[in-house]
Amino acid sequence: IASLVMYLFAEFDDAANLLAANPDATTISIDEPAEISKNQHSRRQEPGREEDDELLGTDDSDKTELLAGQKKSAPFWTFEYYQTFFDVDTYQVLDRIKGSVFPVPGKNFVRLYIRSNPDLYGPFWICATLVFTIAVSGNLSNFFIHLGKPTYHYVPEFRKVSIAATTIYAYAWLVPLALWGFLMWRNSKVMNIVSYSFLEIVCVYGYSLFIYIPTAILWIIPQKVVRWVLVMFSLCLSGSVLVMTFWPAVRDDNRRIALATVGTIVLLHALLAVGCLAYFFDAPELDFPAPVIPAHNVSTVVTKSR
Amino acid sequence: FAGLADVSIAEDIPVEGEITIPVGSHSPDEDCSTLDEPVRDTIMRDLKAVGKKFVHVMYPKKSSALLRDWDLWGPLVLCVSLALMLQGGSADSKEDGGPQFAEVFVIIWFGAVVITLNSKLLGGTISFFQSLCVLGYCVLPLTVAMLVCRLVLLAGSGTVSFIIRLIVVVAMFGWSTLASTAFLADSQPPNRKALVVYPIFLFYFVISWMILTFTPQ
Repeated sequence: IASLVMYLFAEFDDAANLLAANPDATTISIDEPAEISKNQHSRRQEPGREEDDELLGTDDSDKTELLAGQKKSAPFWTFEYYQTFFDVDTYQVLDRIKGSVFPVPGKNFVRLYIRSNPDLYGPFWICATLVFTIAVSGNLSNFFIHLGKPTYHYVPEFRKVSIAATTIYAYAWLVPLALWGFLMWRNSKVMNIVSYSFLEIVCVYGYSLFIYIPTAILWIIPQKVVRWVLVMFSLCLSGSVLVMTFWPAVRDDNRRIALATVGTIVLLHALLAVGCLAYFFDAPELDFPAPVIPAHNVSTVVTKSR
Repeated sequence: FAGLADVSIAEDIPVEGEITIPVGSHSPDEDCSTLDEPVRDTIMRDLKAVGKKFVHVMYPKKSSALLRDWDLWGPLVLCVSLALMLQGGSADSKEDGGPQFAEVFVIIWFGAVVITLNSKLLGGTISFFQSLCVLGYCVLPLTVAMLVCRLVLLAGSGTVSFIIRLIVVVAMFGWSTLASTAFLADSQPPNRKALVVYPIFLFYFVISWMILTFTPQ
């Protein structure tokens, strides 16, 4: 193998010499993508034999850089093509989830965590978990709210699972599709520095939905104030991840279009949260209706209504 | 091979022999014997295989019998009986009731297929039907839990019966998850085991939830 690599670098040396002699010549390289990246990498350094050892002794980060470009080379009707979307380890998935829950101000989720290895494992299973969490939590919450009433007969409300599934999967896959189409269209008009592939957008949306899982569990608490505080809090966290991801992609554009895009992203995210809260969780009733509840009396009202 | 040119075979020694190469594994008896046996033997052989796998699930040791000779009869029987037992839990309106027969069936089979695809996409070495077989057989503890729940509900549906049902369902859920993990975890790459186990956990959790929230009419 070492001799083969030497041969390939020799080929590159000839090409480099020819190019140096005649810079304006158009060259057609029919190399495989792996060799093209290797060539590009070594072109940044001085072409020469002494650099070959450095390139041959690649460490892991070097190898991932070199191989990052040509992962999806299998045709789309083979199983291996789809395996490239599940090329993540446990710690990587956990890191990405952590990055979506604790957004670092100024850092881009895609650049920091995904780094041209988008996966479909996270979005798919986070959505599945969210569907069942919302359905189960909604059912439990309704059960506790209506518990003491004599006319109440518990129902499992299984229909709501399919409605939850449709909503959440549609949000997690159709909104990224629309956003990607929109960004492609704007890219053709205004040259943006940052552009994302469809899978990276799906990845960001999928991981940003993770914060709603603990939020849905906490929504079991039958207090309106608690629920709305949770909505605001989770919306801020996941919304900030989305905003910090997509603002660099649209900021070179017309100011109003950029603001409208980011605003729409946040609005749709908020609609999802509020819609789920309104549909799956019945409104908690207080024992005695109070038209205005001053903020400092909330704690006493909570203890009285138990 | 130059030396073979000198070899010559005498005219009077007949050259004969078998031209077919016998296959390594012993082929079973000719087809006639299983065709002629009484129907009872055929059925009992399959039933014994299914029963042996049930025993393997209830006492999960690291045996490969479940994986090697996979069959889908056991999962089918378990799925149908579980779906049948989950019937009759309807409410006033069809909208808010428990899952219907078709829904339970679809959840179990579609869920098992999705989990199998997930483990194969993550680089697992298990075959598709082996994984379906294991996931289907490991529904057995939950079917037992459903049976127990229905019997407890016959006695009454107060808080005590709920606590009994909760304990039984939680125990069986843990048993199912541990049994299927014991069979499936070895075929996964070591740094992705948690990624494969989590969907199995979710799958049995959903089935347990359906069992626990079953309320008779």
